[in-house]
Amino acid sequence: MSTISAGSQPASRSARTRRVLLALYLLLPACLLLALSSGAVILNAGDILAGLAAILGDGEANQATVIIGQIRLPRALLGALVGAVLASTGAATQGLFRNPLADPSLIGVTAGASLGASLAIVTAGGAISGYLGFSLVSLGAFLGGLLTVAMVYRLAQSGSGTSVATMLLAGIAVTALAGSIGSLLEYHASNDMLRRISLWRMGGLDGANYPRLLIAAIVGGAVLLALPRYAAALNAMLLGESEARHLGIDVDRIKWGLIIWVAIGVGASVALAGTIAFVGLVVPHIVRLLIGPDHRSLIPACALAGACLLLLADTLARTVMAPSELPVGVVTALIGVPFFISLLRRRYQYGMQ
Amino acid sequence: MMSALLSLHAACAAPWGNALLEDINLQLAPGQVLGILGPNGAGKTSLLNLLCGATALTAGEMLLGNRPIADWSVRQRACAQAVLPQQSSLNFPYTVEEVVLLGRTPHATGSSVDREVLAATLEATDTCALRHRLYTQLSGGERQRVQLARVFAQVWRAQDAPLRLLLLDEPTTALDLSHQQLIMESARRLASQGSAVVMVLHDFNLAARYTDLCLVLDQGRQQALGSPKDIFTQDMFREVFKVDVTVNTHPAADIPLVIQ
Repeated sequence: MSTISAGSQPASRSARTRRVLLALYLLLPACLLLALSSGAVILNAGDILAGLAAILGDGEANQATVIIGQIRLPRALLGALVGAVLASTGAATQGLFRNPLADPSLIGVTAGASLGASLAIVTAGGAISGYLGFSLVSLGAFLGGLLTVAMVYRLAQSGSGTSVATMLLAGIAVTALAGSIGSLLEYHASNDMLRRISLWRMGGLDGANYPRLLIAAIVGGAVLLALPRYAAALNAMLLGESEARHLGIDVDRIKWGLIIWVAIGVGASVALAGTIAFVGLVVPHIVRLLIGPDHRSLIPACALAGACLLLLADTLARTVMAPSELPVGVVTALIGVPFFISLLRRRYQYGMQ
Repeated sequence: MMSALLSLHAACAAPWGNALLEDINLQLAPGQVLGILGPNGAGKTSLLNLLCGATALTAGEMLLGNRPIADWSVRQRACAQAVLPQQSSLNFPYTVEEVVLLGRTPHATGSSVDREVLAATLEATDTCALRHRLYTQLSGGERQRVQLARVFAQVWRAQDAPLRLLLLDEPTTALDLSHQQLIMESARRLASQGSAVVMVLHDFNLAARYTDLCLVLDQGRQQALGSPKDIFTQDMFREVFKVDVTVNTHPAADIPLVIQ
């Protein structure tokens, strides 16, 4: 495999990093254009430009501008933001746990958010529209995610600090608990509620609108700005926690800060787009394969690659069985699982252990 | 005598409640190399953990420079003191260069200084040829040398900190004979430039040749402290290590030679 042989002699790793970043910066607008042009009605570049101009206030409204402005643009931008947040929080989680096979869902945030959403659907019917389009289901998911992470973090705390190994086990326990409570809820739910719960769980960007996009931009923007500030500390923490401490890193403060940002980012993503599997796991893995584990470039590169991947997956989900739509979480999992298994089998070849 | 860089007075440590170290008394001046020796489980690593701040002092006093150890912030200590643990858990594919440069994390000296330190420490550990290789693909001895280069890089420059202390836990275990010598000579060179070096060792002849002072521990207590010439006696070996050895004088230097 060419990436592997190139990875074993990274004489010009920094040059390679610059090339990969540049390629991702070019790929993102290309993916965005593809997402805007594909669908039931295929639009060309001129239509897209006219559509974008109409949003900015000049140009007349027609079918194309409505499709772009009301449907595809908010959906594409929401997808890009969610993908960027999932992939960069994934990179941060893998660094924090010093395990390239870790995933943000390990700390319980995804399971907690699912339970929160199910609870909202079953108890309130999820019909009540909340503030700024942030429905009660989304709110339940976000709060559920944060609460589970708080619980996992507390369980892992001891007199001598927070153990990431205990956090991982606590995450497994809390995930199982949330899952069984969720099943209990489903057992008592009506058929209609069951369908809504299972659809919500598959994930999707079809609920995209501008209020949701605004929330995603604020929360996602904060997460994407915050994570790079932890890059140097994460680099040192890959050596081991005590080694990082000897390098002057306040390890417990870093852990706490990262957990909070990951919980906020993933919680908001799940609230806005449901559970989207494997982006947080597979994207950091591929990017690390290309440019190495230095978080100063890994985190921004993951954000870009995650945005591209989710844009492509959602475009595929909308078009492959048109006019019906697949949930995007199903598409990312279908692409992600075989890829992940092949990574698992080949990890020794590129220096993972 | 110069003022002590590191001093312990009646120091005790009891992590998890049971006393691992009792009544340790020690003075180390800049430029000195101290070897810590003792049978398995004697408390060698515990003493190193106490010195580096991983374990807290439960009684007694410990001064770094002339300040109590608690007055040092994590960052200040990281600028002044580097620690090589017995094992490393790094399993991400950093290049050798990237690992060594992590040693510069506490310093804000800019990339050109960092590159100079990188070149010098790669030289001092014979890892220049490995610089672009992936750490995860190296052998045990090569990894050990890369980790040594990293801790050397942390305390390489005298101008980066008011004092410098290098703590090494079994730095030569995975190394072949020529690299053992190279590493010990590099550590001595750091000492000759004003750093103090503390290392846990198992090889008495290596200790005799490269240390100024040796501390022999047994069951958490200090059994002997002094120059190798003074404390490497047949009686000490019989008492502490329960072995009979012959102690001669090295044919080429005025140091003891321990023959099993």
